[in-house]
Amino acid sequence: MIEVDHISKSFGDSQVLKGVSATFETGKTNLIIGQSGSGKTVFLKCLLGLFVPEEGTISYDGKVYSELSGDEKRDLRQEMGMVFQGSALFDSMTVAGNVKFPLEMFTRQSPSEMQDRVDFVLKRVNLTDAHEKFPSEISGGMQKRVAIARAIVMNPKYLFCDEPNSGLDPKTAILIDNLIHEITMEYDITTVINTHDMNSVMEIGEKIVFLKDGLKEWEGTKDEIFKTDNQAVTNFVYSSELFKKVRQMYIEERH
Amino acid sequence: MNHLAQIGSYFLMIREVFKKPTKWRIMKNLILKEIDELIYGSLGIIIFISFFIGAVVAIQTALNLTNPLIPRNLIGFATRQSVILEFAPTFVSIIMAGKVGSYITSSIGTMRVTEQIDALEVMGVNSLNYLVFPKIIAMLFYPFAIAISMYVGIFGGWLAGVFGGFLTSADFVTGLTLDFNPFHITYAFVKTLIFAFVIATVPSFHGFYMQGGALEVGKASTTAFVWTSVVIIILNYILTQLLLG
Repeated sequence: MIEVDHISKSFGDSQVLKGVSATFETGKTNLIIGQSGSGKTVFLKCLLGLFVPEEGTISYDGKVYSELSGDEKRDLRQEMGMVFQGSALFDSMTVAGNVKFPLEMFTRQSPSEMQDRVDFVLKRVNLTDAHEKFPSEISGGMQKRVAIARAIVMNPKYLFCDEPNSGLDPKTAILIDNLIHEITMEYDITTVINTHDMNSVMEIGEKIVFLKDGLKEWEGTKDEIFKTDNQAVTNFVYSSELFKKVRQMYIEERH
Repeated sequence: MNHLAQIGSYFLMIREVFKKPTKWRIMKNLILKEIDELIYGSLGIIIFISFFIGAVVAIQTALNLTNPLIPRNLIGFATRQSVILEFAPTFVSIIMAGKVGSYITSSIGTMRVTEQIDALEVMGVNSLNYLVFPKIIAMLFYPFAIAISMYVGIFGGWLAGVFGGFLTSADFVTGLTLDFNPFHITYAFVKTLIFAFVIATVPSFHGFYMQGGALEVGKASTTAFVWTSVVIIILNYILTQLLLG
């Protein structure tokens, strides 16, 4: 479980996060949603320890990040996996090399043990015949799968995804969403996903935090988002005609 | 004020580069790859330029020796002094600041733009050590490239001087050995090593701390080349004053 308590973060004169609190539960896909510029990415980077908040605390299963020593922070980071928006695969390495990288850096496994683990996670993300290809030789959806494989290869306790299905076609986006959801349940990971894709919200939003102008405007589940009267949330989530109709049908069904 | 802050950031970066080293098993491969990219990959252009600059120095010296009282072996002497003292260590380093420096800035800058550096940081890797340290070690082999540059430059001067009909081979060799001071070689290699460190670290700094997108990667490469050249020129003056002055 990740508990965020009143964190604030500024860049120069611009305060991006203004005392945001949230709890992200283990074994669930927790979504952070909000418009561009609402502070989602900064919030996620604070969770990853890439940005240090000026105020507030973040604790991972009771361990307060700011109170940890350098070595403890490093150990904690090795329990985190991250899927970046652009996949962030290392261009100079093959698919297998990318996935093997954390194992080579942080474990004492033999080459055959590492290879077995790489084969296992690549099979888990349904990517069995791309081991020797370079990132530039595979599609965006495959790159996302490799990024997920790399993120889970060390058996992380926390998985963070920054807009994991941006730039993907709707079908592939749903496949990626479902894959992350399955992995979360299978390995009992605390997963936090940064997204503004409403399909993801409807598909896998077990816990949703809505950010607006650096503040937490609303939080709830995908079922609650249908019922909410919060104007900012409904304006954001139901901005398209399709979702407006879906919501209308849902409300009519409930009555 | 901004420049002072940048200089401070540069030295803080250097400190981080030597902290928390990457596993030797991985580092060894990174160093070999960088030697291939930075040193071996630059030998062609170094040899090409050195040959022709050595030849031009010999021809220009010959054409300016109009007084019959000045011995022709001065052509060999001038070629040796120009190539060993300035051309090979300084001029080639400025060329390398363009070739190697822009490669370093753009490769690290692209990693920054595509969040590959963030990915390293999230994994708990000291990204500065992982990315910059192998380049510094690889550039320790740069003096070998400069030694080749010295040989080829002087060979170019000999070829142009002798086959251009300006002097005999014996005169050129006499000039080469005339008043030879071995400390000049030490001076040249001390300069080379310091320039090597500058070529590895200044472009790395500009790549690592760049912000923005693809356009900014290009701008960072240009800025890195300018600053690397400026630092080399200033250090060249200081080192010359300290070692030869």
